[in-house]
Amino acid sequence: MIWCELPGHWLGNAALTSYGCRMISGLGITLQLVAISVSLGLVFGVLLAFARLSPIRPLAVAANGYMTFFRGTPILCQLFLVYYGAGQFRPFLDSVGLWGLFREAYFCAAFTFTLNTAAYQAEIFRGAIASVPRGQIEAGRSLGLHPPAIFLRIVLPQAAMIALRPLGNEVVIMVKSSAVASLVTLYDLMGTTRLAFARSFDLSVYLFAAALYLMIVETIRRVWDVVERRLTRHLQT
Amino acid sequence: MKRITSAVLALATVFGLGGAATAQQKDWKTVRIGTEGAYPPFNNLNAKGELDGFEIDYANALCDKMQIKCTWVAQDWDGIIPALLAGKYDIIVAGMNATDERKKRVDFTAVYTRTPISFIAAKNAGTDISPAALKGKSVGTQGSTIHANYLEKYYKDSSIKLYPSQEEANLDMANGRLDYVIADKLALEDFIAGKGKDCCKFIADIKRDPAIHGPGVGMAVRKDDTALRDMFSKAIEDSIKDGTHKKVADKWFKISILD
Amino acid sequence: MDPLFNLLAWGPGGWGDELAAGAGITIALALATLPFGVALGLLVALAKRSPHRIVRAFGTVYTTVFRGLPELLTLYLVYFGLSIGLQTGLKALGFSGRMEMPAFVAGMIALGLVLGAFSSEVWVGALNGIDKGQREGAAALGLRKGQIFRLVIMPQLLRLALPGLGNNWMVLLKETSLISVIALPDLMFWTGRATVVTKEPFLFFGLACLIYLFFSMVSAAGIAALERRVGRGYVRSPEAGR
Repeated sequence: MIWCELPGHWLGNAALTSYGCRMISGLGITLQLVAISVSLGLVFGVLLAFARLSPIRPLAVAANGYMTFFRGTPILCQLFLVYYGAGQFRPFLDSVGLWGLFREAYFCAAFTFTLNTAAYQAEIFRGAIASVPRGQIEAGRSLGLHPPAIFLRIVLPQAAMIALRPLGNEVVIMVKSSAVASLVTLYDLMGTTRLAFARSFDLSVYLFAAALYLMIVETIRRVWDVVERRLTRHLQT
Repeated sequence: MKRITSAVLALATVFGLGGAATAQQKDWKTVRIGTEGAYPPFNNLNAKGELDGFEIDYANALCDKMQIKCTWVAQDWDGIIPALLAGKYDIIVAGMNATDERKKRVDFTAVYTRTPISFIAAKNAGTDISPAALKGKSVGTQGSTIHANYLEKYYKDSSIKLYPSQEEANLDMANGRLDYVIADKLALEDFIAGKGKDCCKFIADIKRDPAIHGPGVGMAVRKDDTALRDMFSKAIEDSIKDGTHKKVADKWFKISILD
Repeated sequence: MDPLFNLLAWGPGGWGDELAAGAGITIALALATLPFGVALGLLVALAKRSPHRIVRAFGTVYTTVFRGLPELLTLYLVYFGLSIGLQTGLKALGFSGRMEMPAFVAGMIALGLVLGAFSSEVWVGALNGIDKGQREGAAALGLRKGQIFRLVIMPQLLRLALPGLGNNWMVLLKETSLISVIALPDLMFWTGRATVVTKEPFLFFGLACLIYLFFSMVSAAGIAALERRVGRGYVRSPEAGR
């Protein structure tokens, strides 16, 4: 008996015993998708936030438009638009050599989730940077620091602290949102659970999946709390 | 499972919600039929916002014969049996094969269609559909179907892609994301004759595996609704004898759907 | 490719009227869920501040569960689990009746439960933002407990909670799209139908996204106006604003 069959075995649940391993491997796919999209989204999100706050107007407007679109539409709609829409542009994608990527549901999901979370993360950074008191910048200036130094040494560290908590929430939201990947043939946790349910008609597989999702989300929350407390320990009394 | 059910029930009581309970209709004067609406030409939700297709016409003809009132409910395929069990309708008429796996949960009426099952592929594909030939290829079909089970049993080395509806699999076939699609031949015929005519062609029919495919398509009812099951079984058998079945089928198909 | 005009036409051949009807259901579902979810959130928030440990624990567990579960999963559990549970329960209690839970109600309950969890956080924040002196002052004026809540606390609470609740609404609006997978004919559902029939995914999903975007932008403007209205007694000088 393999370890991932054990939960079903202990609970005496046939559906869980036969699908436990697939569900655990689905959990792996979910975690991969979230890890990839959140970390790539972080890089892209920071760039977007800079563009949004940039004094170059067209750049700021474009970034704002991007963020409005991705924050104002459902992730399900975005995913379908990318996944099925890409198929329609196959000749073009073929000619630029990108079809190989867009052919894969996994890539489409990771790509969409990255674009989506980048918009939300950019908004978090924008808010955090804007919330650093003006007096801090003025104080830096009166010390004779250059604008880049003011930004890197004064604004950024403070903004990062402020952004930490909403960023944690965004990771959790991505874990949950990633469940829509199951609707484009991916066997993530939700996908394998749907499969198990379709074969067994046993609702308890959904409850098991629910427990797994709660476990991930709670783990992320706890770890994040510890990290946040460590990083802000100089601010604690 | 029992404890889970009671917990769910407690939750329901707490929120005090739920629809109105209607009295059990022992004489079945009105029947609610569940279908998918995404499996043309059997059942299809069209641009008019209406259901059409062979199964819609056929079941309505049976209802007329039995002089009962039938109403239709569209339900996505993955949820079609759970929704029957949950009482959202009384009978499923949605091209559902009467497999042993499903018989554990629901009862089936007499068989009313039995059609070939085929693979389609890109125009330039070979005719070999052995598991070895399809190794590493992406093969798509609708999830929770006999075709999905068949792929899982025989085509373990292919990359199996399951879609919420058959039409989404067809769409991905047309897009070139899939190498092969397997489904009921008649359901694929519409696609090959229409939007798929530039991309794809029929490759071959498969040999049925009784353990997976069952005896053919029947209508599914809850296990305790035996009266309803018998009523529809009789109506189906009568319709096959008196030619009603053939008349409706001829309107939709060129070949026999009950070989 | 059929001309755009035909695909989006109103009437039997085109998908325009179906999409519009679907958009109507999307809005109706969001509007129907809002009061239920927001009220539930307030109850949970009050539970989390309750002096009783068990009530507090209930509030915490509730929030943890419904904030942590994917909405898609909650939806499945409510749509199938609740119906089957009700059915089984009724049978156990001796009823032989049939029970229906329409997809719309299932969606409302599932989204309402989630909204309840998220809005409870907003309410807790708002409740914490009200100075204790307000309650004491009202009590000193001789107001009863119910009056204090209705006349003194509630108006301030609404102002403090509004930005957060506005956020909740925007999330809710987008989450309704998940209901399409249980066959409620909302905007996303009809978009999916139109896509597979016409094989024009980019057009239809693009259009659906733009419709959602339009709803979001109208909502954002509406919320901003509401915030200005509710906060008109609190106009602060620019300096004090920081």
